[in-house]
Amino acid sequence: MQFGILINEGPYNHQASDSAYLFARTAIEKGHKVPRVFFYHDGVNNSTNKSEPPQDDRNVTQRWSKLAEEHGIDLVVCVAAALRRGIKDDILAPGFRISGLGQLVEMGIQYDRLVTFGD
Amino acid sequence: MSDMDMDDGSGVVKKFMFLNRKAPHGTVYALEGLEVVLITAAFDQDVSLVFTDDGVYQLMKGMDTKGIEVKDFSKTYRALEGYDIEKLYVDSTSLKARGLTEEDLIVDVTVLSDDEMKNLMAEQDVVISF
Amino acid sequence: MLHIVNKSATERSTLDSCLRLATKGSAVLLIEDAVYAATKGSAAAAKIQAAQADLKIYALGPDLAARGMAGRVLDGVNVVDYGGFVDLVAEHSNCQSWL
Repeated sequence: MQFGILINEGPYNHQASDSAYLFARTAIEKGHKVPRVFFYHDGVNNSTNKSEPPQDDRNVTQRWSKLAEEHGIDLVVCVAAALRRGIKDDILAPGFRISGLGQLVEMGIQYDRLVTFGD
Repeated sequence: MSDMDMDDGSGVVKKFMFLNRKAPHGTVYALEGLEVVLITAAFDQDVSLVFTDDGVYQLMKGMDTKGIEVKDFSKTYRALEGYDIEKLYVDSTSLKARGLTEEDLIVDVTVLSDDEMKNLMAEQDVVISF
Repeated sequence: MLHIVNKSATERSTLDSCLRLATKGSAVLLIEDAVYAATKGSAAAAKIQAAQADLKIYALGPDLAARGMAGRVLDGVNVVDYGGFVDLVAEHSNCQSWL
């Protein structure tokens, strides 16, 4: 089955991105596909390569980049939400790209399920 | 096809419900949620917009945001018809719990009972909550 | 339908709205701070127990454990891991996150 995932909150402040990551990783382990994750609202803050959490904490952004690289996940950051919050192409972590809201709608149309994680 | 039309190439039409549960201005969810609604309409999907809990406050008549210096996007709800979004629903229980009636709202809506809300939600393919 | 609730029932009305609008026979999964509602002696325990007549209630085990609540789960609440979460989404034809 194909799952689309929508993340509406940034890393560290909310558990949303952590829950979404564990859901995505587990779904893939169980043989499902997660072709795309869409980042909206403050969720766009998951995408920046400027994040430097302490050594003993998880690195939310790097975790997404690694999962995306290993399983071909398209990490899409909403352009309007990103520009509002100062997220641009030159600070995106590996695997992330900026695109339009149409990419979110497409997940709803094309995939079997859309699961939202937010506040 | 108008300039606004987008197509994912599949020809699939799904039932999309946008469930608005949050008041405007205090957080950005109502404004950015509306942006998703407009894009979804451009994909020719079957869109329902539902306002429940504090989401009903998004539709208040007479908003004046000058004093807080943020965009007043409440007029956009009146423009939805132009995007072929005509299914606007408000949850009766939420309206009553806030001392409001249909007359207080900026657009024409269909007011639904709990049972009607349940059935509408259950028949959707995709539910996105803001 | 699978309803996913992630907010504490003593902080927000999310759980109440979900229970009010979930059709009979649907499933409710409590994750993140919503898991407190599924524990013995919590303010929401009575609501969860009443809801069990019509709804299947699940709680995410890792979120219970992380909050020191694993040993306090109400009878009849099904504790699932992330694999169970994925299965619930796959088994139901649609899902709704009560944000």
